[in-house]
Amino acid sequence: MKVLNRLFGRRQPSSSEVARERLQFVLSYDRANISPGLLDTLKDEIIAVISRHISIDPEGVEITFSEGSRESRLEAHIPLATNRGGRKK
Amino acid sequence: MPGKVVTITSGKGGVGKTTATANLGVALAMENLKVVVLDADIGLRNLDMMMGLENRIVYDLVDVVEGRCRLRQAMVRDKRLPELYLLPAAQTRDKTAVSPSNMIDICNQLRDTTDFIVVDSPAGIERGFQNAVAAADEVIIVTNPEVAAVRDADRVIGLLEAEEKGPIHLVINRVKPDMVRRGDMLDTSAVIELLAIDLIGIIPEDESIVGAANRGQPIVLSNNSQAGLAFRNIARRLLGHSVPFAPLEKPGLFQRFIKLVRSEGE
Repeated sequence: MKVLNRLFGRRQPSSSEVARERLQFVLSYDRANISPGLLDTLKDEIIAVISRHISIDPEGVEITFSEGSRESRLEAHIPLATNRGGRKK
Repeated sequence: MPGKVVTITSGKGGVGKTTATANLGVALAMENLKVVVLDADIGLRNLDMMMGLENRIVYDLVDVVEGRCRLRQAMVRDKRLPELYLLPAAQTRDKTAVSPSNMIDICNQLRDTTDFIVVDSPAGIERGFQNAVAAADEVIIVTNPEVAAVRDADRVIGLLEAEEKGPIHLVINRVKPDMVRRGDMLDTSAVIELLAIDLIGIIPEDESIVGAANRGQPIVLSNNSQAGLAFRNIARRLLGHSVPFAPLEKPGLFQRFIKLVRSEGE
C-alpha cells in the first residue's frame, strides 16, 4: 500500500524525512538561541502595532525564522485586509 | 614532531564515543604510531573495559594531577601492539578533580613521546567536556542518525566553533542501511547537511561490536568486521590519506525506480 501511495504521489512522508524537517527547524532555533514561542509573541505585537495604522488580516500573518549559510532572517508575511471578500458575504 | 591531541565527543551519551576512542586508538597504533588513549570520563570510566585493560590499572589521571605518581607510572601498556598506552580515569572521584589546565599540562607532556593522544570525552557540555577538549588539536564528533543525537552534536559543534577549536570532524555511528533504505532512518547525507562539518567516517551497525566489548577486544583487531574496517579508514583519513567512503547506502534497483517515478511526478 505504501508503495502504491508512492507511485501515485499520495505518499506520506517517511519518518526520516520528518526527522530531517524537524531537525532543520530545531537547529535553526538552537543556533540563534531563540525559543519558538518568541515568534508568537512577536507576531502578536507586530499585529498590534501595524493595526494601529493600517487594516490587516490578522489570521493571515506569518512570522518565520530561517537560517541560511550566510545570514539568518526573520520574515514577516502580512496581508492587508481587503473589502473585496467582505462585500460578497 | 609533537604529538597530536584528538578528542572524541558527542554531547549525547550512548552514541559510541568510548568504542570509537578505543578503536581509533588501536587503529592508529596498527599504523605503527605511538598512541595514548586517555579517559577523561572521571567517575564513570569505561575506556579500560573497552580496551580489556581494566585489571592492570594501578594509578590514574587524578593520581597524576595530584602528584601521587609520575605520568609514566599511570600509563597502562597494551601488549597487543608495540606502542599503545591507556591513561585511565579515576573511578571514585568527579569531574572537578581535574581542570582544563591540568589536561593541557598532561597532554603537553605526552606530546613529546607520542604521535597521537586520543581523548575520550564524557557526555554533556559541562566540566568533563571542557576538560576533554581543552588540549584538543582536532575534535571528532560522534553522532547517530537520530534526532536527539544530531541535535546534541550541533550544540557541541556550536560550542567548539565559539572557542575556535578544530578542525572538527564528523563520525556517523550505528548506521543501519536497511532502515535508511526503508526511509525509517536519517541518511548520512541528511546528517552531514544538517551539521555542516567535514565527514571522516561512517560506521555501520555491527552486532559483533557487543561481543568485542564483552571480550575487551576492540573490533578493529578482528579482520572481517565492517565496523572494524570503517575505524581503520577513519585512522587513515586522520593521517591525511584520502580513503573513499564505502557504499553503505547504495539504493537497490527498486528504490532507484521509486525515486525516478517520484522525481518525474514533481
